Amino acid sequence: MLTDLQAQLRQAHAMSVPVRIVGAGSKQGWHAPQQGEALHVGSHAGIIDYAPAERVISARAGTRLAEIQAVLASQGQMLAAEPPDFGGHATLGGALATGWSGPRRPWAGAMRDQLLGVEILNGQGELLRFGGRVMKNVAGFDLARLMVGANGTLGLITEAHLKVLPLPEVETVRVFELPQADAIALANRLCAAPWPLSGAAWQGGLLRIRLSGNAAAVATAQQQLGGEPDVERHWFARLQAMQLDSFAPPSAEQGLWRLSLPQTCPPLLADYPQLIDWAGGRRWLSAPLAAAQAISTSARGAGGHALLQRSQAGWPTAPRNPTLLALEARIRRALDPRQILNRRQGD
Amino acid sequence: MSEAFLSALRHTLPAEALVLDVERLRAFECDALSAYRALPMAVALPGSEEDVIAVLQLAHAHRIPVVARGAGTGLSGGATPTAGCLLLGMSRMRRLLYLDPLARYARVQPGVRNQAISEAAGHYGLYYAPDPSSQIACTIGGNVAENAGGIHCLKYGLTVHNLLGLRAVTMEGELLELGGTLDCNGYDLLALLTGSEGLLAVVTEVTVRLLPKPQLARVILASFAEVGHAADAVAQLVGSGATPAALEMMDGATVRAVEDFLQAGYPTDVAALLLCEADGTPEEVEADIVQMSRVLRAAGACELRVSDSEAERQQLWAGRKAAFPAAAKLAPDYYCMDGSIPRAAVGRVLAGIASLSAQYGLACINVFHAGDGNLHPLILFDANRAGELARAEQFGTDIAALCVSEGGAITGEHGVGIEKLDGMCAQFNAAELGQFSAIKAAFDPLGLLNPGKLIPTLHRCAEYGRMHVHRGQLPHPELPRF
Ligand SMILES: Cc1cc2nc3c(=O)[nH]c(=O)nc-3n(C[C@H](O)[C@H](O)[C@H](O)COP(=O)(O)OP(=O)(O)OC[C@H]3O[C@@H](n4cnc5c(N)ncnc54)[C@H](O)[C@@H]3O)c2cc1C
Repeated sequence: MLTDLQAQLRQAHAMSVPVRIVGAGSKQGWHAPQQGEALHVGSHAGIIDYAPAERVISARAGTRLAEIQAVLASQGQMLAAEPPDFGGHATLGGALATGWSGPRRPWAGAMRDQLLGVEILNGQGELLRFGGRVMKNVAGFDLARLMVGANGTLGLITEAHLKVLPLPEVETVRVFELPQADAIALANRLCAAPWPLSGAAWQGGLLRIRLSGNAAAVATAQQQLGGEPDVERHWFARLQAMQLDSFAPPSAEQGLWRLSLPQTCPPLLADYPQLIDWAGGRRWLSAPLAAAQAISTSARGAGGHALLQRSQAGWPTAPRNPTLLALEARIRRALDPRQILNRRQGD
Repeated sequence: MSEAFLSALRHTLPAEALVLDVERLRAFECDALSAYRALPMAVALPGSEEDVIAVLQLAHAHRIPVVARGAGTGLSGGATPTAGCLLLGMSRMRRLLYLDPLARYARVQPGVRNQAISEAAGHYGLYYAPDPSSQIACTIGGNVAENAGGIHCLKYGLTVHNLLGLRAVTMEGELLELGGTLDCNGYDLLALLTGSEGLLAVVTEVTVRLLPKPQLARVILASFAEVGHAADAVAQLVGSGATPAALEMMDGATVRAVEDFLQAGYPTDVAALLLCEADGTPEEVEADIVQMSRVLRAAGACELRVSDSEAERQQLWAGRKAAFPAAAKLAPDYYCMDGSIPRAAVGRVLAGIASLSAQYGLACINVFHAGDGNLHPLILFDANRAGELARAEQFGTDIAALCVSEGGAITGEHGVGIEKLDGMCAQFNAAELGQFSAIKAAFDPLGLLNPGKLIPTLHRCAEYGRMHVHRGQLPHPELPRF
C-alpha cells in the first residue's frame, strides 16, 4: 500500500500532474475543491502501536479517528485536542492535514501540540520521517508540526505518532444566561484563574462552561461558580463533532465563516448569528456571501483572521500578507517542487 | 569588503551598540559549550526591530554571515560565532512591551530573561510555564530558537506549546508577523521557527501565553536503593491517571554532589531520587499525592517525603536546580548530553550508560527530566589530560546512538548547534537532511544566517557514515565511497 502511494506520487512528480489526497472525504464541502487525480489514503489504515503506559499512539493516516478514540477510551485515555470526527468517518491524516481542534484546545492544546512525529511522502514521493515517538525532540527543523494545517500541500502524511492524555475522572457543564459581551468577559475571567476548565462556549444567549478533573475538584468548582446544569445533553460532544445546527450546510447565498480572534475581542459583527468557542478565540459566523469582504476586514482589524469554511458558491481567498505568501510558496516548493499536491482548483 | 561593511555599520548603529575591539569581543566567543570558540568580526547590539532590519539588510548586501545570540547559555554551540561573522547580540532588546492579564499573554522583546516574564506576570496571579534550569539568565529569544523545555514541561508543554505569536526578521531584512490567535492562518510558521536555532530568522518579538498559577503545588521526594526501581517508578507514574506537574530524577552521585554544594536536605545513601510534583486545586493535589505515593511505594521507594509548605517545596527543588553547578565541582570539565527516549526505556538506557562509563573509564552522572524521557548524562573529564576530551566526545556519541536505537532523539531540548552535527547523520537520512536544507534555502537562499549549524553537510555524514549504518541501509548511496 505504502509502496503504491509512493509509486503514484513519484510518477505524478515525474509527469508534473496534480494529485488530490483523499482520506475518507469526510470534510467535502468544508474546503475548496482540489485539482487532479484522487490519491486514496483511506485504506492505508491501522493502529501500529499503542502503549497506554507511555501515553503514545502511532497509527497510519487512513485510520478512522473514531477507531483511535475508541481504543484510547478503552484504556481511559483520549486525544486531548478533540479533533472533530465528522460522524465517525474522518481519518487521522485528514484531521492532521486540516489541523482542526475541538473545544478543549485552549487548555489541552491543538492537534499540532499533540503530534510527536510523522512519516510523510513529499511531493517527489520521498518517504521521510520527522519527529518521533518521544515527548521532546529538537533534532532538525520541526517539519512534523509544519504538516499540521498545511492541508496536504506539503506532503502526504502516511503515519503519525501522537501524545495522548488520561480522560478526566468527571466532566460537568454549567450554564450562564448572558449576552455575548458579558459571556466573553466572564469566560476570560475564569480562564485567568486556576479553575479546572475544559470548555467555554456561547450560543443563543447561553454561556456553557465545562469543568473537568477529579470528582472533588469539579464538585468544589461547580459550587463556587454557580450557574445552572445544562438541559441539553451532550452539547459539548455535538460541538466537538460539529453537529450543532450552526454547522449545517448554508443556503445558496449564505456562508459559514470561522473567525480566529484574540479571546478577549469584544463582540464582532454581532448582527450575524454566532457560535463562540474557545472563550472567544474561535467564532463560527453565518452571513451572506456578499459580506465576505466586510467580515475579512473586521477580523483582520481585530487582530485575527476569517476563513470561509462552508458555502455552495465558490471559495474566495481572503487577502494575506504578501511577504508571508511568498515565503509559504517557497516552503511549498521546498517540499513539493512541482506543486502537485492538493493544488486548489483554479490555482 | 569587511572594511566597507564595518564603516556602513557604524553609520547604521550608534557607537555604544557596536563592539569592535578584540578584548571585548572575547566575551562573545562561545556559549555555554565552551569547547568551541571563535571570534566574531564585530558584535552589533540592536536596540529595536528597526535596528535588526537595518543591520540584516546591510549584512545581506555585503554577504556577511550573521549569528544571533541571546544570553549565551546554549549548550550546543548554537550561538558560537562562525569565523568572520557579525554577531547580533539581542541583550539590549529586553523590554516587556505589554501584558494583558485578562487575555493572558505578554508581548516581550527577545532579550527579556525567561524568569523576568513570570516575575512580571506574578502580580496578576499568572506565570509563563516553560522553566529551563537556566531561567534566571537565558532569554526568551534563545528559548524560542531552541524550543527550550523545563522542569514543568511534562504537564505544561515546551516553548512551542506556550507561544501565541512571533515577529521575526529574515536574513534579507523582511519582517514576518506570525500567529496571534489560537488557530493559524496558512502554514504553521510559528511552530517551524520554534527550535530553528537562529537559522531561519532573527526573532524580534515574542508573544507568550500566560497561565494562572495553580492554587497549590506539593512535591514528593522519593528515594530508591536501586536506579532501576526509580526508572520503573517513572514509567508507572506516566502510565497512571495522574499527570505529575514535574518528574525529575537524580542519581546517587548527583545527590551527594548537590548535598556537598548546598545542603538541600536530601538523603545521601541512595542510588536515585525522584522529585514528583502535583499541582492544581487542593482536591486534585490531595488525590494526586495519594495516588503518586502509592505508585512510588509499589515501585520500591524506600522513603517518601511530601512538602508541607511552599518553603519546603522550594527547598526540595533548590537542590535539583543547583545540580549543574554542583556537578561542576566534581571534575574540571563536564560534557552535558541531551538524549530523549521513551519513558519505558529509561531504566535500560541508564544501565547502558553505566556500562559505557566503565568502558570509557569516565564517570557519568545523571540528573534529568525523567517524566519527559529527556536524559542529561553529564560526562566528567579533565580536558588537560591528553585524550580525555576526545574520549568524552566518543562516549557522548555512543549515548546519542543508544538513544536513537531506542526510538529516541539525539537532542530533547538543547539543540543540535555545532555539537550534534554528527548525531544528525545518525538520526536522519540524506533525503531528510536535504529537506532541511531546502527549508533553510526557502528562508535564507544565501545561507548567511547562523551557517554551519544544525544541518550537517552530506560530505560530513559520508565521513561519519563510513562506520555507521542507518536503518539497515548505507547512507547516501549516491556519494562515492572509497
Ligand atoms: C546551567 C544550564 C541549565 C540549562 N537548563 C536547561 C533546561 O532545563 N532546558 C532547556 O531547554 N535548556 C537548558 N539550558 C540550555 C539553554 O539555557 C537554553 O537552550 C536557552 O534557551 C538558551 O537561551 P539563550 O538566551 O542563552 O540563547 P543563546 O545560547 O544565546 O542562543 C541559543 C540559540 O538561539 C539563537 N538565538 C538567540 N536569540 C535569538 C533570536 N532573538 N532570534 C533568533 N535566534 C536566536 C542563537 O543563534 C543560538 O542558536 C541550560 C543551560 C545551562 C547553562
